[in-house]
Amino acid sequence: MYNKIDFIIAGVGGQGTILASDILVEVGLHAGYDVKKSEVHGMSQRGGGVESQVRWGERVYSPLIEKGKADYLLGFEMLEAARWTEYLNPSSVVYVNRHKMYPPSVTTGQAEYPAETAIEHELSSRAGRYEWVDAMAAAKELGNPALAGVIMLGRLSADLDVEPETWLKVIAELVPAKLVELNKKAFITGRKMKKGV
Amino acid sequence: MKKLLTGNEAFAYGAYLAGVQLAAAYPGTPSTEIVKNCATYDTIFAEWSPNEKVSLDVATGAAYAGRRALCAMKHVGMNVAADSLFSASYTGVKGGLVIINADDPGMHSSQNEQDNRNYAKFARVPMLEPADSEEAKNFVGIALEMSEQYDTPVIIRTTTRLSHSRTLVEMDDSKRVIPSAETPAYERNIPKYVMVPANARRRHPVVEERLQKLAALAETIEINKIEPGDDEIGIITSGVIYQYAKEVFPTATILKLGMVWPLPKQMILDFAKRVKKLVIIEELDPIFEDFIRLLGLPCVGKEVYPIEGEFNPSLIREVSYKAGLLKEQPPTVSTADIELPIRPPMLCPGCGHRGLFYALKRLDATVFGDIGCYTLGASPPLAAMHTTTCMGAGFGVVHGVDKMGVTDRTVGLLGDSTFFHSGIHPMIDILYNSGTSTLVITDNRTTAMTGHQDNPGSGKTLLGEPAERMDIETVVRGLGAKRVDVVNPYEVDQVMKVVKEGIESGEPSVVIARYPCVLQTKEKHPVPTVDTETCNNCGTCLKIGCPPIVKGENHVAIDNILCNGCGLCVTVCPFNAIKKPEEQ
Ligand SMILES: Cc1ncc(C[n+]2csc(CCOP(=O)(O)OP(=O)(O)O)c2C)c(N)n1
Repeated sequence: MYNKIDFIIAGVGGQGTILASDILVEVGLHAGYDVKKSEVHGMSQRGGGVESQVRWGERVYSPLIEKGKADYLLGFEMLEAARWTEYLNPSSVVYVNRHKMYPPSVTTGQAEYPAETAIEHELSSRAGRYEWVDAMAAAKELGNPALAGVIMLGRLSADLDVEPETWLKVIAELVPAKLVELNKKAFITGRKMKKGV
Repeated sequence: MKKLLTGNEAFAYGAYLAGVQLAAAYPGTPSTEIVKNCATYDTIFAEWSPNEKVSLDVATGAAYAGRRALCAMKHVGMNVAADSLFSASYTGVKGGLVIINADDPGMHSSQNEQDNRNYAKFARVPMLEPADSEEAKNFVGIALEMSEQYDTPVIIRTTTRLSHSRTLVEMDDSKRVIPSAETPAYERNIPKYVMVPANARRRHPVVEERLQKLAALAETIEINKIEPGDDEIGIITSGVIYQYAKEVFPTATILKLGMVWPLPKQMILDFAKRVKKLVIIEELDPIFEDFIRLLGLPCVGKEVYPIEGEFNPSLIREVSYKAGLLKEQPPTVSTADIELPIRPPMLCPGCGHRGLFYALKRLDATVFGDIGCYTLGASPPLAAMHTTTCMGAGFGVVHGVDKMGVTDRTVGLLGDSTFFHSGIHPMIDILYNSGTSTLVITDNRTTAMTGHQDNPGSGKTLLGEPAERMDIETVVRGLGAKRVDVVNPYEVDQVMKVVKEGIESGEPSVVIARYPCVLQTKEKHPVPTVDTETCNNCGTCLKIGCPPIVKGENHVAIDNILCNGCGLCVTVCPFNAIKKPEEQ
């Protein structure tokens, strides 16, 4: 057990950040933590930036994480991840799905999407560890881009001392019945992405 | 057993446990899921009412009938329901009546920030404010008992953070209040329920006396409690802000108010005596602070903690440190040094509203709009809506503009759910007072913005039962409109034609732009292809603001995954470079 673990999931509306954070809180609960989670509904779900914050701890008060105190940042989309630099500290771990979704100013040619190297620099220079996760590519290979989120969770799970069975059980409870096997597969795929596994 | 529930799910579970028999609401973020979840319990009759005032009247009726009732709304919904609230305060209730009011500090999904604790004070009714989902569940029962005991509606205030955070709730049905199976009898009492001046004059003192009694209750009720700690700083707070205060000042003495109106005067005086420095941390308005300053107590309040915006623990830490209330410096953090293009919400790929706004833009219409997904028509590159204030305003505003003789192609516009909410009355006004406005109704057959709730035009109720589908065209014709057209918003030329004719006709005209929400129908068509030889990057298709269309070096490209295949880009391309798959 850790004293506390704070997670931020950042992505774009429709990418499944809410499902991923639901899985993450339930897993924390199964692992014996007090847990809280905060998420965004409504307007921004129409293709805007969305975020979920999940906290595991002995006793959690605030559902919101403080700046400079996130332990893990999961970026489901590169640009969205880069907005969360203020929440990092030199021991934070950052996982970013290598996936770009262009906001309107970029698709219409008025702004430029930042370079991968620039995003990596912004995040890695403020964090303890930075890793690209090829979750989107792997999800497409599994036949469904919506699986990228669960693949990201799989990668994260390899760092946490919670049994994979717990994760799989929660996934089975939370995803629609006909997608359970596929999601489990996605989770395992992500989990194996840890270098050296 | 413990379960993770959002604040809104917990309110519904609390209603179930407390034997609520009727729950009514009009959707509105962040309150929507409260009554939506009430509908999952078979002991509760739950409905989507056409607007908040109606929902409160319905809930009040159930309470008059002696049964427990709940009504939920977002903060601005209370403005719509206020008339009913003030009356219910005078008449009182019989069965318990709880109104769950969801404020939205930070305006995650709202047009303004308003602190509805003001309504409790204004309407002289008690208000409770839970700080997590467990309290959300419990406070519903407490509120209903209070309502019955003191003969008053009781408001529970939540905020976006509480409603949409998931925290642990004890699930225990053993003490559930089982609603009575008997048919209620309505107990007639004209002096109490008929608010003609003579009766209302007699009710007002009753209301004032009730408020005194509730203030006495506030002194002893267990949801107002002192958490002893280091008396150097004493914090008075409530709701989710309490949680932030615990993070930032873990050792301070805290007075946590679960009942935020009326306030416990003596308890606050005693608390102030006990601590060296009194600090009031409240989001939005200085309600506690004003009360406390009137007691003559020096305190730290809005000069440190801002009046606008949503709080979070980092903000409280920062401003507290700057004010010298904390010794330890907050961590130094920084935003990215590179430019990060913003990502505003957009009309979805395939959304029928897009075709309509493209047509209105081509007509160079001045659009007096309203609130719904279609408000996104105001965002660039379409930028084809020119006012948006509160629900139902679009039609009234355009009538006023038109009456002043403005001739630059004015159009009023609102959605189907908004029409049923508060769009019918301004339409009556226009028809009655010889208006000439052109009124567009975007009929996507759902309340899309707040997550696809059914409405009177969708043919289904909240309980999933079939309902008579109220046909907007029939309603409008029934009101007396003569010039009425129903169009498919993707037929841009046709839309332009009828809107133009409507504007030029000099009489009131109604254009119903009907296209079911694609997020709901999940309908997808084959993705068009770009003929890279023909495309010369002229940029016309980029003007419809469709997310899958991406400007490239020499030609545009269409993102296969995002694209819904609506074909609007095919329609607008002046060079025939974007083609429907069957055309190839
Ligand atoms: C008084 C009030 N109640 C509720 C809301 C929340 N709200 C904003 S838009 C909307 C519904 C819009 O539905 P519709 O008019 O059908 O447009 P759509 O989103 O489907 O395009 C709601 C419920 C609000 N802003 N104000």
